[in-house]
Amino acid sequence: MRSNNNIILETTIKVVLFIIVLFSVYIFFAGHYYPGGGFIGGLMTSGAIVLLLIAYDIKTVATILPVNYRTMTGIGLLFAIGTSAGSLLFNVPFLTHAFGHIEVPVLGEISLHTATLFDLGVYLVVVGVTMTIIQTIGEDE
Amino acid sequence: MEIVMAIVVGILFMTATYLMLSKSLLRIIVGTGLLSHGAHLLILTMGRLKRGSAPLLGEKGPYTDPLPQALILTAIVISFGVTAFFLVLAYRAYKELGTDNIEKMRGNRGNE
Amino acid sequence: MNNLIILPILIPFVTAAILIFFHKKVKVQRWFSALSSIATIIAALVLVQKVHTDGIQSLNISSWDAPFGITLVSDMLSALLVLTTSIVAFVCLIYSFKSIGAEREKYYYYPVFNFLIVGVNGAFTTGDIFNLFVFFEVMLMSSYVLIVLGGTKIQLRESIKYLLVNVISSALFVITVAYLYSVVGTLNMAHISQRIAEIGQPGILSVIAVLFLIVFGLKGAIFPLYFWMPGSYYAPPAPVLALFGALLTKVGVYSITRTYTLFFYHDQGFTHELLQLLALVSIIAGVIGAIAYWDIKKVIIYNIIVAVGVILYGVSVMNIDALTGSIFYLIHDMIIKAALFLLVGIMIAITGTSNLKKISGLIKRYPGVGWTFFISALALAGIPPLSGFIGKLLIVQGGFEGSSYVGAAIVLMSSLLVLFSVMKIFINGFWGVHRAYENEDKAPVKWLLISPVILVILSALYGIGTEAILPYISQAAETLANPSMYIDAVLKE
Repeated sequence: MRSNNNIILETTIKVVLFIIVLFSVYIFFAGHYYPGGGFIGGLMTSGAIVLLLIAYDIKTVATILPVNYRTMTGIGLLFAIGTSAGSLLFNVPFLTHAFGHIEVPVLGEISLHTATLFDLGVYLVVVGVTMTIIQTIGEDE
Repeated sequence: MEIVMAIVVGILFMTATYLMLSKSLLRIIVGTGLLSHGAHLLILTMGRLKRGSAPLLGEKGPYTDPLPQALILTAIVISFGVTAFFLVLAYRAYKELGTDNIEKMRGNRGNE
Repeated sequence: MNNLIILPILIPFVTAAILIFFHKKVKVQRWFSALSSIATIIAALVLVQKVHTDGIQSLNISSWDAPFGITLVSDMLSALLVLTTSIVAFVCLIYSFKSIGAEREKYYYYPVFNFLIVGVNGAFTTGDIFNLFVFFEVMLMSSYVLIVLGGTKIQLRESIKYLLVNVISSALFVITVAYLYSVVGTLNMAHISQRIAEIGQPGILSVIAVLFLIVFGLKGAIFPLYFWMPGSYYAPPAPVLALFGALLTKVGVYSITRTYTLFFYHDQGFTHELLQLLALVSIIAGVIGAIAYWDIKKVIIYNIIVAVGVILYGVSVMNIDALTGSIFYLIHDMIIKAALFLLVGIMIAITGTSNLKKISGLIKRYPGVGWTFFISALALAGIPPLSGFIGKLLIVQGGFEGSSYVGAAIVLMSSLLVLFSVMKIFINGFWGVHRAYENEDKAPVKWLLISPVILVILSALYGIGTEAILPYISQAAETLANPSMYIDAVLKE
């Protein structure tokens, strides 16, 4: 059921949502060298989705974001395991990461680290699990 | 500073114990949350409270121990998960059993 | 450096993650988890052999050197327990195929099952006290889901109790680790042991030792802390119950064994006396419960408490015979408890009740179930040549050597009463007038019987092949008795 009383909320959210999601992506990448990372970024993204849920209802949000959060958790787990188990192929201890620097024309030197992939897994798992929990409670009203 | 932290932790544990001894399921969950907050602060205090030094061995001067923070982060994530699960469970139990009073949930009268 | 150690943890983990995608396809889940379970067993077997030939294996995760990063350590005890866990898991998995029901299977039963194995194997393998906490939590989270899966009223009620007890004990665990960290300033178990040896276990460490006993005792169900177990274990279906009874309490027992042999062995007059006292009272309390109840699930559940008491008694005596006996008995108990719970599950599937007074004469239609139960009952009580015998013999022998005569006598007496409690089930449930039961024809008894039969055969082999197994077990006991072996293997690589 969608009530029409929350025009202010709905309008604000349309703007705020993108700011939050963008900021969560920033936080996610900042986690490389500064405070931040997959967990906090994931929580923030799920916070944004929860805001959507508050403004609209579950069905509408499901049409806006047709994501199966459980599958998302699975993909995240696979990312995390894959990155850590990749070290087995190179015969170094489990979870050992690799990193390097590359020169990109406009942006200058960028450091690449396989830990980012791991963190991406964490991010997906956090969003997936949080949203699964919230949906489970929210679904049967 | 350590003394203040110790008192804070003590108060948290005290409140948590009080809440967990009540009958309402929701209060119990809040109690477990406070208990784990207390435990996290305790780790922080036990790793020595220090300011203004880098968490690097081998640099000149004193260094801060980064480990307690890593432990707390892990513990927070875990307690986040457990609390969320507990809330879902409490909600389901409330729907199914029709009460959130622990006393009234009792069943299982032993040797029948 | 040896990545082999991680495999028994990694294989179930990968399986669990992949199975999340197939949660609608029951058949795929079944076969995939069965195959991965077999792979885990093979990895564990190779690991045991590797540890046997090359000594203690350790792996510094993420290439951080030993006292700084997380280390996984596989000594003989860990490797053997991981192997037993994998076998028990495989057997329970096969049993689940026809007993757990499609509803649960579609609702992530198999992924959660695999996560549980990740937690248990991880807890056995880790060499870092905080990492132990993390694996405990992995295991507990999965056990919460398994205990509540299905969502009947009794399950919801019991899982709230179970969850609350474990949340509190986890908080206590964190608190204890915090205290320990403030005293020794490290989390690596070998390093902790070294530091404690340097400062010679002052009073604060005895406090920490007792706190650890409370934390792990809550999980392992020793005397004053077992109050939650009979109720909570009563709720879930048979294969889950078998997993819990065989594995979860044993993780607590393992952790007590590890901490009390590796960390707190300096002031045995206090800590080990306390452990001994609690172990003996657990035996008595467990035996009383096992005899008093007329509910087949409850009888076996109380027998867990007896076994925990017997194993910890052996640990508390702390001489090489008693430790060898404890390890023997620990592995025996994992196998035979799983078998008994699965058999009880079959009885409940046939009769639809767990009340012993409503069951009788099963042996007429189900001689296979009856005799398997009979053999496993004998094994549980420790009748030679079955597997319980040698463990108890060594524990009692160790007890006499350590001149703790009362304790050894209690262990001996408990065997008789344990035998009585399980024979009560056999005599009343299998003998007597044959009755007809409603669900009788629906129960897939033949399929369900495969799992306990495998376990009973294993238990018999374990008992008869004692000569062949003894070198492995004494290697494990030797490491427990000499902490320096463990420390050297971890810190001086």
